[in-house]
Amino acid sequence: MSQESNNQDRIDVDIQVENSDSDNAQDGSAPQEVSTFRLVATLAIAGALAGLLIVLVNLHTKPIIDKYKAEQLRLAVYEVLPGVENYDTYYLVNDELSVSLPSGAKESEFKRVYVGRDANGEVSGVAISRGESGFQDVIMVIFGHDPVTGKLSGMKILDSKETPGLGDKIFKDMDFVDQFFAGPETPMVGVKIGAGKGQPNEIDMITGATISSKAVIQIINNALAEWKPILDKGIPQAPADAVSAEETP
Amino acid sequence: MRTTSPTQDFVRGIWKENPVLVQMLGLCPALAVTNSVANALAMSGATFFVMSCSSVLISTCKRFIPHEVRISSYILVIATFVTLADMLLQAYAPVQHKELGAFIALIVVNCMILGRQETFSSKNNPFRSLLDAVGTGIGFTIALVMMGGFREILGTGSFLGVSLFGPNFEPWVIMVLPAGGFLTLGFILLAMGVIEQRKKAKDEQVTEVLS
Repeated sequence: MSQESNNQDRIDVDIQVENSDSDNAQDGSAPQEVSTFRLVATLAIAGALAGLLIVLVNLHTKPIIDKYKAEQLRLAVYEVLPGVENYDTYYLVNDELSVSLPSGAKESEFKRVYVGRDANGEVSGVAISRGESGFQDVIMVIFGHDPVTGKLSGMKILDSKETPGLGDKIFKDMDFVDQFFAGPETPMVGVKIGAGKGQPNEIDMITGATISSKAVIQIINNALAEWKPILDKGIPQAPADAVSAEETP
Repeated sequence: MRTTSPTQDFVRGIWKENPVLVQMLGLCPALAVTNSVANALAMSGATFFVMSCSSVLISTCKRFIPHEVRISSYILVIATFVTLADMLLQAYAPVQHKELGAFIALIVVNCMILGRQETFSSKNNPFRSLLDAVGTGIGFTIALVMMGGFREILGTGSFLGVSLFGPNFEPWVIMVLPAGGFLTLGFILLAMGVIEQRKKAKDEQVTEVLS
């Protein structure tokens, strides 16, 4: 370990040497008092260049990232709504579901659900996505809900930064995920494995990831509490041209 | 000042001055993302990119950076490259980006990268800085993959996602938890210390015999 202490000494020496005088071949100008203006100017220019570079790359990568996210979302909707031929995006405008937005409004400002229809054009399920705090960061969940029976048809995690190896089991541990496919009664209750009483609304939580498991269950319960009254009012028929806008995979 | 050959610049960081195992730098990612080999590799790759780019840029621009604001300038350069790496990974390797999550942003505060700029790139030409960065990057990768390998094999019974021991293996969950990271690092350093000591004893024996 003598190597390490040598290294440490060398760093200290370097700093001292540079402060007093410099025998640095590269540093041609003698180190003297540098004006404050120059210090500020250097950082400002460097900052501006850095900003410019980031903006340029962002302009290039943003469309790719958005496209990927939209594609992921499209696949997720079909995954959580099995047997769906196509789906429409309904926005919540003044507490009413609507396919179109008020003119001039930005799409990102509205809450939305994805209504899936079967081959006959009948509503067969609604996909709802929602994010809430998990153990590390916001967990984004999308799940399919059958408005007739009130049961779940599937669940998928869109975005999560949960602990790799533990919290990420909420989307990697198929024993956990599959419980949501069985169509549990809502609202759901999380229980420790083996501690359940066999009720249909119980979900076995993941050992070592209680907070993450609870967050997923909580997100679905809250989302249903919010959307159920709206969905129960009935889903307006989609305009004929909007139906064909989405392709089946 | 220091007289080393370009080969030494390159080789030094790989083992003799391995950033994690000898210099004890960059321990945060070494402990945090080594619970699987795939994560360790992705992390090493991102760090490698950031360190190589920063080293070259800083050693090119070292004339224009006043001594007083050099650390801020280095951090600015590193942070810029980390942001670029983050966006590029998200666009072209979304799966790996999802795996690493918040840890990519934390490359900014990896003192191994800042250390290379302060001790090497700010005093040497771009070519040698690149060699130094690549060598250190390889050393970092070796350390991370070693830790990731131990932890994944013991913690989940697999290597790079391929199951090794069959269904009867009871995984040591602790190895993929943060505590497992500390344990693994501790044992690796212990092994390194023992090897180093033996080598020293052997060298002394040789000198005695020779004299």
